[in-house]
This record gives sequence, structure tokens and C-alpha cells, in this order.
Amino acid sequence: MNFDFSDDQKQMRDAARKFLSEKCPPKAVRAVLDGKAAYDKELWKGLAEMGFLGVAIPEAFGGAGAGHLELCVIAEEMGRAIAPVPFSSTVYLAAEALLIAGSDAQKQKWLPKIAAGEAIGTLALFEGAGNPSPKAIKLTAAGGTLNGVKKPVPDGAIADFAVVAARTGSTGRDSDISLFLVDLKAGGVEVKELTNVDPTRGQAELTFKNCKAEPLGAAGEGWGVITQVLDRAAVLLAFEQVGGSDRALEMGRDYALDRIAFGRPIGSFQAIKHMLADMYVSATLARSNCYYGAWALSTNAGELPEAAAAARISATQAFQHCSKNNIQVHGGMGFTWEFDCHMYYRRANATAVTLGSLSYWEDALIDRMRKKNAA
Amino acid sequence: MNFDDTPQEAAFRAEAKAWIAANAPKQYEEDLRKSALGRTQIKGANLLDVAKAWQKKKAAAGWACLHWPKEYGGRGASPIERVIWQQEEGPFGKLSSVFIIGHGMCGPTVMAFAGEEQKRKYLPPLAAGEKIWCQLFSEPAGGSDVAGLRTRAEKKGDEWIVNGQKIWTSGAHYSDYGILLTRTDPTVPKHKGLTMFFLDMKSPGVEVRPIKQASGQSDFNEVYFTDVHIPDSQRLGAVGDGWNVSLTTLMNERMSIGAGVATGFPELFEFCNGLMLEDGPAIENRNVRSKLASWAVKASGLRYTSMRTISALSKGERPGPENSIGKLVAASMIQDVAMYALDLQGAAGVVSSQEDAEVAGKFQAMLLRAPGTRVEGGTDEIMRNIIAERVLGLPGDIRVDKDVPFNQIPTKGRA
Repeated sequence: MNFDFSDDQKQMRDAARKFLSEKCPPKAVRAVLDGKAAYDKELWKGLAEMGFLGVAIPEAFGGAGAGHLELCVIAEEMGRAIAPVPFSSTVYLAAEALLIAGSDAQKQKWLPKIAAGEAIGTLALFEGAGNPSPKAIKLTAAGGTLNGVKKPVPDGAIADFAVVAARTGSTGRDSDISLFLVDLKAGGVEVKELTNVDPTRGQAELTFKNCKAEPLGAAGEGWGVITQVLDRAAVLLAFEQVGGSDRALEMGRDYALDRIAFGRPIGSFQAIKHMLADMYVSATLARSNCYYGAWALSTNAGELPEAAAAARISATQAFQHCSKNNIQVHGGMGFTWEFDCHMYYRRANATAVTLGSLSYWEDALIDRMRKKNAA
Repeated sequence: MNFDDTPQEAAFRAEAKAWIAANAPKQYEEDLRKSALGRTQIKGANLLDVAKAWQKKKAAAGWACLHWPKEYGGRGASPIERVIWQQEEGPFGKLSSVFIIGHGMCGPTVMAFAGEEQKRKYLPPLAAGEKIWCQLFSEPAGGSDVAGLRTRAEKKGDEWIVNGQKIWTSGAHYSDYGILLTRTDPTVPKHKGLTMFFLDMKSPGVEVRPIKQASGQSDFNEVYFTDVHIPDSQRLGAVGDGWNVSLTTLMNERMSIGAGVATGFPELFEFCNGLMLEDGPAIENRNVRSKLASWAVKASGLRYTSMRTISALSKGERPGPENSIGKLVAASMIQDVAMYALDLQGAAGVVSSQEDAEVAGKFQAMLLRAPGTRVEGGTDEIMRNIIAERVLGLPGDIRVDKDVPFNQIPTKGRA
């Protein structure tokens, strides 16, 4: 049994950590947080040069052709550094949708650009409040044009293209939904940036008005693809969440060791120690669930739907838990803009919902476990 | 990543599987499979007899105490082989519960500190289940603070005379031997005045009294010592070095990786899958699903955490600290799961004597046993201290009694 990453994969993680600690210090995250830029363009370019953007994209489409385990270790580091770049929308959502459903020409058009850092992609799924559901999709597609509003769309204001979920039928079944590929720079889309809990990863409202679009995958098979994309993205985003959890735990631990109150390091008080121990527990549970998700993702195993939901739930809980208690350990200073704690708290609570909230994934997990049980 | 055995592991697994298939007491398999969470019950036979017979059979064929050296009754197997054995032994592994303390803690301590002649004399019968050992550490005044124990051992010629009381001793009522931590010098700080021995539990002056637990069962005992004579040759480690010796014992406890900790989740999931509520199946209720999902990821998180540890063992590496979370997570989870299972049944949740005792009585029993699980073998709080100090590197507690001679430490809170 080898339920661990390989030495090569661990080396890649180390390389990513080193690169990000140099190119993406908290100061760089802050620049985007403070609104000085929509995202860190330099970092995005650097990630492309390192080969990280196309790590799971086949060589035939300009990627490194490594695989999803490699992408998982990079995702963990991106989360640890809370990198202010459109990585999850472009790499986990858009690229994966293209890989699953794209024609050869569509892949040829966009994947090399993604790998080279020349195109930002996203998935336009949500239409206001609510979780992923075919019923919630009102945006229509007819005769190759889209009409409707998508929000929130992750990184929608900076994206070059979007995979759009549209209604092409009204039978009440999943087959009512089809996917389309839209070049956002070609006109027909109004883009409005939305303020959001985590400004280091933007959200936008996209209004499609007789917007030209090409089908992505077969008509009526959109929902199946969405489900697959969400499962894959759940594992990858969970690795980001685990990376963030670990960093938040470390920040809390370090502060507890340095900060003196009542004549002793606050890390010597059991109230603080036990809080940090519980953070370690949730981060560890999440990491282990993520490893199983990584295995299922990389082997495209039948277990992926269940494993993805478990990784997603566990990692969401862990990151929220670690980031909020990191602030608690820091006391008042943790609540200042100056300290970095809130950047993790923001990211944790944004990632907790951007892919569908806990209740969606809880539902999904139980459905999938039942299915397995019945089989 | 993969979950495949190496060729050697596969060969070992095949051999173990074949031997178990040919030799295990299959007539008890169903009962053992159903026995949940520390309550092993078999019908029509004495559990201890069945356990001893199975252990003896295993020992004769070289399948007992796999990780021990052959000369002491083991197999000299690698840690991963031990894990594979546990996986293959499955429900029959529950029969080993009476030997866990002897094999996991007493044996390794004897192995580390006794003389060669004693090791050859005492260890093989322990491995074969002919003799059962218990561990006599905890006391009324020394639970989490074990080093605060007060049982006295005083040297008299070649012997030590022991007086005092132990508590929470699992299996003392059927044990043949025990390892015993005593205070031999009360004039020095508490950790420095301790000495370890082993003794025959049938020695004159040893009295075992079962404790009736809050759950109504009796898994533990009080053990009283009145002028019990122990030869100096049965001392383990130097006089005054008992604390270090006990750390060896406890370290071995943590090194033993079980076939997985019980969380109560599979039982709850199955229960919810079959339960009808007023407005439909429980499993389709949103609140139920949310609760189940949160526990599901804890249970799977623990399962995969053990796999990470096993994987490290398989590669011949030292496992990381991640396995230290198991007991802390599982113990309170069982309690929460049990409470929820009762809650789902409404007023009927209170009844533990329903017809379908297999489902109904199970959670009520789990509920009543759970508080003990959160305390035994290290309370939740001690487990958190261990994680905080050994994994996260936080400072130890400030110990006001650290440098105080033991006999000057206050013994009462409020006067």
C-alpha cells in the first residue's frame, strides 16, 4: 500500500512552496485585498513559467501532462499562500470542463493558453442564491445565443472565457441543461464586478444579451458534466482548504509561543493548547479525507463522487475552524486589518460556499453513500 | 498512490488468510461480528475460555504476538505484517481484547527491563494466552496525574513490602500477573521516587474487587495491597527509575495500531437507513443527513488517517504523529452518535429492552458506556495536551509540584 504522495510529487510540493513563499508573501496578497490590482499578474505569469497552470493538462494541449496528484500538491500550496490569482476558476473549473467535454478544437484553442497563463477561464453556473441544481438554471440558450444573468461567477470580471450552464429544455429533467463556451471578450456580455467577502478572489455578475456561444459537449448532457467538474474541483479546492488550515494553525501556534500574558506564553494555558489541538485534529481529518479524494481523482475511480464530497465537507469544516480560532488565539490583534489572520478567515469562508455550500455536499455525500450501500 | 500489497505483503496475507480460514472458531463468528464497541458477547460459551483457546492455537502455529521476537513467543514480524494480520483476523480479533494489555504494554515492558531468564520464562506463556497480565498504575489519587500515586513499596532484605490501592485495573480479576508502579521514596519529587515491579496476582495480600461502573457493567477493578511481598528480582528497572519505565509501557500502548477505532458511525448509518420518521425515511430528512455527513467525514477521516500510518509502516518509515487524534475523536463521537440515535427514536429512545435488541439496545448501551471511553487510557484533556505539546510543540503545563518532595505536596483542595 502506498497511501501517500510519491517523492517526485513531494518535491513538486516543495518547489511550489518555495516559489510561493518568494513570489506570494502576505504583502502580495494584501495588494489585491487593498484593491491595487484585480489579481497578481506577475504571480500568474510565474505560475505559468513554473508549469503549474498546466500541470494536469496533457502535453498535446500545451500542458505538462503530469496528472491530478501533482495538481493536488500544488493546490495545497496555493491555499497555504492564499494566492490572489484565478487559479481555481481557471484550472479546476474551466480546464476540467474542457478536458471532460471539450472538442479537440476547443481544447486546442483554450488549454494551451491556460497553461501559458494567457487565458483566464471560469464556470458560470449560479444564478443568485442557492446551491447547484438544474432547476436553478434559468439562463436560456437558443439558436446559439444566450440570454440571462449569472452570479456570482468566480473571477468573472477578469476571465477571458466562460463555460456557461444554460437551459435548453423544459422537461424538468437534468437533460434540460447544456453547456456552452463563451469568449467573454467577443461582446454580448455585460460584466459587473461584485464586492465579496474575499476580495483576493473576485466575483462578478455576467449578463448575457443575445450572446454568441458554441456548445460544449453534447446537447442535454450539461448537468452530468457539471457534476463531474464539481466533484473534481471539490477535491482540488479541498487541498487548497487543507493548505490554508495548516497555515492558520501554524500562525496560531507561533503566536501562542511568542505572546506573553500573565507572565507566561499564552500557549502554556490549556484553554489555548486545547483549542490548537482541536485545530490540528480537524486539519488532520481533512488531510486524510483529501488524500483519499486525490487517489480517487487521479485514478478516476468509481469512488470519486463519495470521496470528493467527503474531502469537500471535511476540508471546509477544517479551514473555517482553523481560520476562526487562529483569530481567537491572536486576541484583539487578530481582528486588525494589519494582521494576516483575516485574510485566511475571508478565504476560508469564501471557499466554503463558492462550489456549493456544506448542505449541498452533505446531501451529495449521503446520496452517494446510500447508493453504494444499496449496490 | 495505490492500495495494493507488495508481493511480500500479498504472500503474507494469503498465508494468514488461509490459516485463519482453516483454524478460526467459526461457530462464534456471527456473535463476534455483532458484538459492538467493547462489548464482546458470545452465546453458549465462556468468552475467556474461547479467547484462550484461540490464542493458544495461534501461538502453536506462530501467529501470536506477531511483532515479538520468536524466542519470546512471537513471530518477529514487521509492523505492516501485524496490521495485515489484524485485517485478516477480522471479528476473531475481538477475542484478543483480554490480552491487549499484556501483549501491548506489560510484555514490552518486561522485554525491555527484565533479565534474560525471566523473559524466557514469562513471555512465551503471556504470548500464548496461558497467562494473562494486567497493568497496575492508576490510583484514586493518581489518575491523569499517574506520578502522584501513593502505593508504597519498602525494601526489607531481598524483598519489597507493598501497601496501597490501585484502581481502574482492567482484567485484574482474571489476571495471573501484573506490572505495578509504586512509590519507593516519598522524600524526593514525585517523578523521582517511583519504582516498577511485576508480581503474581495470587500473592498473599492482593485483593481484587470489581468496580460497578455507571453503565452497570464491571470491566475494571480496585486492587488492594496489604503487606504484599515482592522479591527484588521482580523489579523492572532501577530503584527510583519507575517513571521512565512506565513511559516505555505507555509508549508501547500508543505504538499499537488497532484495526481501526470504533466510532459508532456504521451502526448509526445503518440505523438511519432503515428508520421511518413521521414524515418519511430518516435518511431523507435534511437534518439527519447533515448530522450523518459530519460524522461520516470524521469516521472516514480516521480510517484514512490510519491508512496513512499503515502506509508509512509498509514503506518501512516511522509513522507521523497523525494517528494521535484517533482516540480523542472517536471517544466523544461515539457518545454524540449514541445520543442522536436515541433522539431519533423520540420517547422510545429511552427504552433499551425492545424486541429488536440488536438495533435498539445497542445505542442505549453505547450511550451508557461512552463516558468511560472518554476517560480511560487518557482523558480527552490529556489527549489534547499530548497533541499540543508533542505534535505542536507548545509548552508543558506549569507544574507547581515538580520540585517539591512528594510528602510535602498538598493532598486536599479545600480544607
